[in-house]
Amino acid sequence: MSGNTNGRVFWAGNEIIAEAALRAGCNFYGGYPITPSSEIAAHLSLRLPQVGGAFIQMEDEIAAMGAVIGAALGGAKALTATSGPGFSLKQENIGYAVMSETPCVIVNVQRGGPSTGLPTAPAQSDIMQARWGTHGDHSIICLTPLYPREVYSETVRAFHLSEMYRTPVIIMIDEIIGHTTESFAVPSDSELAPIQPRSWYEKHAAQNSWRPFHDFYQGKHIHITGLSHTQKGFATTQPEVVHASLMHLVNKIEDDQPKIELNEEYMLDDAEIAVVSFGSPGRAARAAIDQARKQGIKVGSFRLLTFWPFPTARVRKLVDDVKAVIVPEMNMGMLRGEVERAAMRRDVQLVGVNRMGGVPIEPQEILDAIMEVKRGL
Amino acid sequence: MAFDYATWLRPEMMPHIWCPGCGIGIVLKSLVRSMDACGWDQDTIGFVSGIGCTSRAPGYVDMNTLHTTHGRALTFATGLKMAKPSSNVVVMAGDGDSAAIGGNHLIHACRRNIDITLIIVNNEIYGMTGGQFSPTTPTGSRAATAPYGNIDPGFDLCNLTIAAGATYVARGHVGNGVFLERLIKGALQHKGFSVVEVMSNCHTQFGRRNKHPDPSELVTFIASNAVALSQWNKLTDEEKEGKYPIGVLHKVANRPEYCESYHRMSEHAQQRVRDAARKIAEAESMKPKTEPAGGHQIED
Ligand SMILES: Cc1ncc(C[n+]2csc(CCOP(=O)(O)OP(=O)(O)O)c2C)c(N)n1
Ligand code: SF4
Repeated sequence: MSGNTNGRVFWAGNEIIAEAALRAGCNFYGGYPITPSSEIAAHLSLRLPQVGGAFIQMEDEIAAMGAVIGAALGGAKALTATSGPGFSLKQENIGYAVMSETPCVIVNVQRGGPSTGLPTAPAQSDIMQARWGTHGDHSIICLTPLYPREVYSETVRAFHLSEMYRTPVIIMIDEIIGHTTESFAVPSDSELAPIQPRSWYEKHAAQNSWRPFHDFYQGKHIHITGLSHTQKGFATTQPEVVHASLMHLVNKIEDDQPKIELNEEYMLDDAEIAVVSFGSPGRAARAAIDQARKQGIKVGSFRLLTFWPFPTARVRKLVDDVKAVIVPEMNMGMLRGEVERAAMRRDVQLVGVNRMGGVPIEPQEILDAIMEVKRGL
Repeated sequence: MAFDYATWLRPEMMPHIWCPGCGIGIVLKSLVRSMDACGWDQDTIGFVSGIGCTSRAPGYVDMNTLHTTHGRALTFATGLKMAKPSSNVVVMAGDGDSAAIGGNHLIHACRRNIDITLIIVNNEIYGMTGGQFSPTTPTGSRAATAPYGNIDPGFDLCNLTIAAGATYVARGHVGNGVFLERLIKGALQHKGFSVVEVMSNCHTQFGRRNKHPDPSELVTFIASNAVALSQWNKLTDEEKEGKYPIGVLHKVANRPEYCESYHRMSEHAQQRVRDAARKIAEAESMKPKTEPAGGHQIED
């Protein structure tokens, strides 16, 4: 089984992430075991030594995140994966990666929370933590693939985006995606984001790197700190410089939001009802839409593959084009809240289908919501 | 020839943040002199710290420097070393940084015996945050969070790191820079996880609260409590009270270094891949010519 095959493979989501990371040039993994993400670590403990990369199981998730950043500064393309409480533990050092503009990729295979919650069951309730989990003003890139090919290509793209924007990129899947095994055709190079060494991205440094672009051991004697710093990388408390550096951290991502955005749109052209989702519920949404369409209901699906930065403009347009929006998600309304924010008080009916018990949302539940909304239109 | 400090420092970063008379400067001086004595090229050095007064040291020296999060310096250093095993990775951290919030990482770095040198500046207090007690503050001492005297017993960091598996452990103090340099040089040259604990003065936060407000008096006091290792075992338990042994307390060469173990495992894994590929190729060549070659992928 090679990471570079163009044939069909039969892999579970967690395995896909591991193989796609290798394809993207990942040569360092630091982690700490936690269900339902552990297979990513197990797979890379087998594969990284084979390709001359480094794998280390650290003493906790804080350490794993620290090791990932250290490795990235040593020139590696570095990955870590976790779930639930582990994602909470990583937050301080995720903020360090943001502040120090260290490219790296973090996977959260979401399970039920808070606390130990539902270790073996899916949820989508960390999506706000991905955005706001670490303290301080910042932006973040967070990808939410669903189907196996998407999980593969989005993992490759996560590495590309992390290098491009000099930022940690978070891949948020859930237990269902991580553990579902399906056959799919591995994308060819032309179907994937660029796979390039870090030096290739230097041409974007003026725009996307506040601190000097280089890594350690490149003759530049750089200084890296989590303190607010000048463009030379050294600590400062000068208000104008600190202000400008924070604006940079946010704007380098938010200004490029249209270039980062990826959605899947299905049967929206004539739709009067839109089902807006991310991750696993997107599958149930499509099944429900197909059934509703058979009954002549004009309903379509809008599924986010990039949750952060949020596709505000596109969602606002969508809300303008339909009469009602249904948002199925395995949390109490985190996406719905963002849709509402994007809609800016526009007169649209917004209905949530929310399930938190650790079981997937069934197509029937979404279909019932569609029928009910349709009756009221 | 006089030591050329200019090549090792970042003069543009001066003045430093440390209080006049703080011992951290003596430790940093001993460190760069030791690096120089080892013949290290500055570009091969990854100098990592956490958060605290001590951990500000990397900002002032001219090499690859990494000022991380509180307590986590060793985790960043571990990733850095794994990514570039040929580099020289050195960590400097305070007693709170390395033994309180970073205590877990400390024992695990020792256990792995990864080739990193850790210099702990033990001033027995949290300097940067204003004099709260640390895991090495002597019982009975006063601190910002121990106004009635500290009731916590402290760690002996050398005993702790020896027990956890460090393969070079030494202790010195800021009253004797020449001796300290020798200990640090030994640590830098050691293959494996090495620890140098440096007893240092924080007259500002520890001294003022504990009848040693003057830096030179406090350094003299710290030095007066140091006992050469050769003399240490001759002392009775009462005589050892308040004193500490100095020198190379522990040095072993019989434990594998972590990056080398990893490298061996990786070579083994790569050999297995090559062996498997050869077996598949042999099996393919045995097949009758009429059959299409290479059918081990799943077809749909
Ligand atoms: C997670 C976190 N908790 C607390 C702090 C606040 N803090 C900064 S330095 C420090 C302790 C410093 O003491 P020590 O490590 O002994 O170093 P010294 O300043 O004495 O050199 C603390 C608690 C922090 N920066 N981060
Ligand atoms: S507070 Fe203490 S440790 Fe910090 S610089 Fe001053 S004397 Fe040194």
